Amino acid sequence: MRAMTWPQRIGWIVITVLVLVWSLFPVFAILMTSFKTPSGLFSGTLIPTEWTLQNYAEILTPGGSAQELFLTSLRNSIGISLIATAIAVILATLCAYAIARLDFRGKRIILVTALAVSVFPVVSIVTPLFNLWRSIGLYDTWLGLIIPYLSLTLPISIWTLAAFFRQIPWELEQAAQVDGATPFEAFRKTVVPLAAPGVFTTAIIAFFIAWNDFVYGISLTSTDAARPVPAALSFFTGASQFEDPTGAISAAAIVVTIPVVVVVVIFQRRIVSGLTQGAVKG
Amino acid sequence: MSAATTSRDEKARMPRAKRSERSRAEARLGWMLAGPAFGLMLLVTLYPIGQALYDSLFSLRLTAPDERELIWFGNYAVVLGDPALWESMGVTLVITVITVILELILGFALALVMHRAAKKLRGLARTAILVPYGIVTVVAAFAWFYAFDINSGGFVNSWLSWIPGFDPDLNWFAHPGTSLFVIILSEVWKTTPFISLLLLSGLAQVPGDLEEAAKVDGATGAEIMRRVILPNMKAAIMVAVLFRTLEAFRIFDNIYIMTAGANGTEALSLLAYNTSIGRLEIGLGSAISVLLFLSVLVIAAIFIKGFKVDLAGGKNS
Repeated sequence: MRAMTWPQRIGWIVITVLVLVWSLFPVFAILMTSFKTPSGLFSGTLIPTEWTLQNYAEILTPGGSAQELFLTSLRNSIGISLIATAIAVILATLCAYAIARLDFRGKRIILVTALAVSVFPVVSIVTPLFNLWRSIGLYDTWLGLIIPYLSLTLPISIWTLAAFFRQIPWELEQAAQVDGATPFEAFRKTVVPLAAPGVFTTAIIAFFIAWNDFVYGISLTSTDAARPVPAALSFFTGASQFEDPTGAISAAAIVVTIPVVVVVVIFQRRIVSGLTQGAVKG
Repeated sequence: MSAATTSRDEKARMPRAKRSERSRAEARLGWMLAGPAFGLMLLVTLYPIGQALYDSLFSLRLTAPDERELIWFGNYAVVLGDPALWESMGVTLVITVITVILELILGFALALVMHRAAKKLRGLARTAILVPYGIVTVVAAFAWFYAFDINSGGFVNSWLSWIPGFDPDLNWFAHPGTSLFVIILSEVWKTTPFISLLLLSGLAQVPGDLEEAAKVDGATGAEIMRRVILPNMKAAIMVAVLFRTLEAFRIFDNIYIMTAGANGTEALSLLAYNTSIGRLEIGLGSAISVLLFLSVLVIAAIFIKGFKVDLAGGKNS
């Protein structure tokens, strides 16, 4: 590669800054809102005129107006999304292994079905579930959300893992056995290290998708017994009935966003390869 | 002698029989491993959609569950005869078309940045571009909503006050056009990363020597883009557009947060939700859900048959 000239270098820096501003502006805006006082909220400026941590106190400290609502929903969200992700990734790993390594009829049908399910309009599923869950007692329970979340996490897991597993040089396993490793050793020393990053990446992507859900969350819950964070945010009220929940919602939004940003920063390369392999591999 | 022939015959047949038995065992194992995931996936989607089809044939509202009555396609007649449905369909199509076009342009620009940027900047750009992808849609919706909404301390109006004729008291969410503007903006912000990643993987597949050859022959940058890069990316572009179209068509979260469907922003998903879960009209709501599902099928069919998008192309190899 040729060395860049100065104008080119400046051009690239400008472009990168533009990309950063575009990508981070809303996050920065809501971060700033989370530090505003109720009266300072209407100053009409992006940067708070008066800084406060009161909004974080409302959602995190005992006695805060939204503390119980927020922390309970946070626990629901983490628990439900983790379980839905774990089930999906375990089942999808077996499924993708079969697709990548075994020869059987119906492989294509499985992949096409996964694709069709992933573009399925969630609202079309939620009405019948709403009715059914109420009659069989799954309404407003963890299980009542875990089951529909599988329709979000399973297809993407199958698709992404199948793409990952196809690239694994499976002959290594046989080679290790020829070299005297037991079948289990061969599997553990060759296949597992190669497959683990794919499984891990898939779990991150599936978790993001479950964590992001809103439609099931507001439709299939009615109390904080199972209500996840995105749905709970729309139920926030201010400290008093005359107070706007803007500050508390912003603070809660920042609290649930920070872990996501950290994960993205650490694993960006893997997430990109997972997303692109799962979606287009032409 | 006859015994000798049979044994030779058997010998000749043996490997084939063995192979087919082996392949049958392999198929059995394959389905044993893949079956649970496949079955569960079908169960959690096909069953509800079947139930929705069934429910849509009944006059049923949860406020009066005992008055349930089979009315066949009565709900569809009501829904299709209601201008609200066609308004919803119109809004959904407007949102879908505009967001997909904007995202395609912006996503392509971002993909080019990621593709061409020097190593040091590439990681930074890629991380920044991925941030909107990871953020919960509802959070993104609140972020944009608070920036614009004058009732929750939006600051955008004071930023725009230098524009002659701009009303500093403009309530963005009181008018259909301005509401849709913010809704589309938040949708574009949140989902462009996905499309740009798909386009990036398409860009990576454009043969570099073709580009080089065109350059040597004196082609300009625009010509290379039009004659070399775009034709080679056609498949990736079509897949990206199809995915995003289907996703944009079921837009829900940001509209719910910003307007809840008021002021002419009630997209199909919101209409279905407000009918069934809002007003407990399960029969009518199911009919709208089925129509939404059929619309998605029709769009997918148009893309796959009309534009020859091969979704699983190359995936089985």
